Amino acid sequence: MAVPAPLASDTLINASVVDYLIVALYFGFVLGIGLLARRQVSDSVDFFLSGRSLPAWVTGLAFVSANLGAVEIMGMSANGAEFGLPAVHYFWIGAIPAMLFLGVVMMPFYYGSKVRSVPEFMLRRFGPPAHLVNAISFAVAQLLIAGINLYLLATIIEALLGWSLWVSLIVAAVVVLAYITLGGLSAAIYNEVLQFFVIVAALLPLTLIGLHEVGGWDGLKQRITEASPTAADATAQLNSWPGTNLTGFSSDVLSVIGIVFGLGFVLSFGYWTTNFVEVQRAMASDSISSARKTPIIGAFPKILVPFITILPGMIAAVAVTEIADVKAGGSVTDPTGAPVEFNDSLLYLMRDVLPNGLLGIAIAGLMAAFMAGMAANISAFNTVFSYDLWQSYAVKDRDDRYYLTVGRLATVGATVIAIFTATLASNFSNIMDYLQTLFGFFNAPLFATFILGMFWKRMTATAGWVGLVAGTLSAVAVAFLSEDAFGSASLGVIPLSGQGASFVAAGAAFAIDIVLSVVISLAGTPKPSSELKGLVWSETPREDLVDPREAEYPWYRRTLPLAGIALAAVVVLNFVF
Amino acid sequence: MADSNEKKHTAGALDIRNVIGALLTAYGVILLVTRLVDGDEGGEKTAGVNANLWAGLGLLVVGLVFIAWSRLRPVVVPEHTAGPDDLPAPKH
Repeated sequence: MAVPAPLASDTLINASVVDYLIVALYFGFVLGIGLLARRQVSDSVDFFLSGRSLPAWVTGLAFVSANLGAVEIMGMSANGAEFGLPAVHYFWIGAIPAMLFLGVVMMPFYYGSKVRSVPEFMLRRFGPPAHLVNAISFAVAQLLIAGINLYLLATIIEALLGWSLWVSLIVAAVVVLAYITLGGLSAAIYNEVLQFFVIVAALLPLTLIGLHEVGGWDGLKQRITEASPTAADATAQLNSWPGTNLTGFSSDVLSVIGIVFGLGFVLSFGYWTTNFVEVQRAMASDSISSARKTPIIGAFPKILVPFITILPGMIAAVAVTEIADVKAGGSVTDPTGAPVEFNDSLLYLMRDVLPNGLLGIAIAGLMAAFMAGMAANISAFNTVFSYDLWQSYAVKDRDDRYYLTVGRLATVGATVIAIFTATLASNFSNIMDYLQTLFGFFNAPLFATFILGMFWKRMTATAGWVGLVAGTLSAVAVAFLSEDAFGSASLGVIPLSGQGASFVAAGAAFAIDIVLSVVISLAGTPKPSSELKGLVWSETPREDLVDPREAEYPWYRRTLPLAGIALAAVVVLNFVF
Repeated sequence: MADSNEKKHTAGALDIRNVIGALLTAYGVILLVTRLVDGDEGGEKTAGVNANLWAGLGLLVVGLVFIAWSRLRPVVVPEHTAGPDDLPAPKH
């Protein structure tokens, strides 16, 4: 087992006393928040949904922050380094429209029906079988994604202290466990908001200094063009559309369809509208109006995030020797002997351009992001595990305190399991490939079932669970048949690789789920209309879906004008880049 | 409504704006001190940009704005945080 020896020669990052001071200060704040929040935890609603008392700007930032973990920071800088500008589709096509849709259309159902979790919504709409399927698949997905966050946190510890991956993983798991058990969701949401500012404080200077180093935006374009093997390759990296290098499709038209339908519609709507990690943030807000505004307020910072994640990745690919070598097809090893991957882009850029002091803030910001990302996965897991699985199917009718204890034990169990799922994540050189594959399995069918169930009152209970199972199985099948969506386990029957394969898997899951659900529903008997109030659009009185006080607010505090501005901003950005 | 008989207090240290403000201000001060102690060190790595100075100043300003905001518009919370008046408590 590696001995902790932070010597300059065998660690990637040379941190000094001031850097450690900055990181320690951050942890001090996090623990302080946990202790303060703990004093307020009184019953299980408080613990799981923060007593529904937070203002919209807090939950809005937490909403973005909960997703600003592994996905955004390391994954998107890896994507930026590997593909260039097409990676922005993950934000402007793959997130914003879905976030706005969640706020405008779907949130009233969630908040208004008083469910504590997304699977609970499935229970009320489709009954136990669909609920059980959804709860289990969600719980499994959270454990797998928690593994990604844990793996990335461990890579920071590895880069900083030179410990082996296993030791780093265990240390990281213990830190996250301490963080999450201290205060439940209240602390998680507070930390996410705090973390958002620390991440911006870390990544903004990194981007600006990096950009200065390569000679500004024009200098960056020139360096990327020089480093590209062909002119077509440079063009692909410097224009967001058609994004053929991202999807792996050879045809421009198919690539655009893949991005718009696969990423923009199925994957993104599936992720943002049904992922309880996200929705839970909005459900903790103080009114239906705040709940609706949560994803919409979150959309504004989200629009800007690519400038501090994808851009540094693109800079790293030309300014950092190791990453440039990897991009040119070489293989390079880091000081611990592990191969350098696109996932490491940001760490190398930090090493090259940040002075001690700012380096500490960057380390604190990254650790914060991964901890919060994992904490969010685990808190969503423990809500679903204790309410939707344990309370519904294993041990019923016990007091609140009992389920609170189950929740805390589930947290510990999930953390231990995440250490193992983290080793799965370590097999992928670009973590986004893995993540998108997982989303295709879990979120795409869920979204299909949700959207059909919410707008078609004829849909039956059987259709609910059969659609989910068939959708997930078809996505798994596509991933197995593709070239590399499952890493070396894929068979290569379908000539698709990279993120295009996940887009197709998600599309297949969505289509098969919809078709099967319609066929089965038409053959069965729908639930009576009286049971669908608050769950299906046509059966819910309009006044139940809006906040009566919303009309009194000035325009900048109302849901629809805010959503309109965000949408306009995204359209403009797509034309500019 | 339900909270009319309950004690109210300002959020104080629990106000997220105070927490953000305190951390960012502290970071700003640390970066500025680092800049003073190091002299020009770091300028070489950052291609001539005085990174700790500018980042430190920026953090300090943002941190102080958050603290000022929470002083000027304090949040008042009931002793026990319940749901809003017009919504029944979630079912258990």
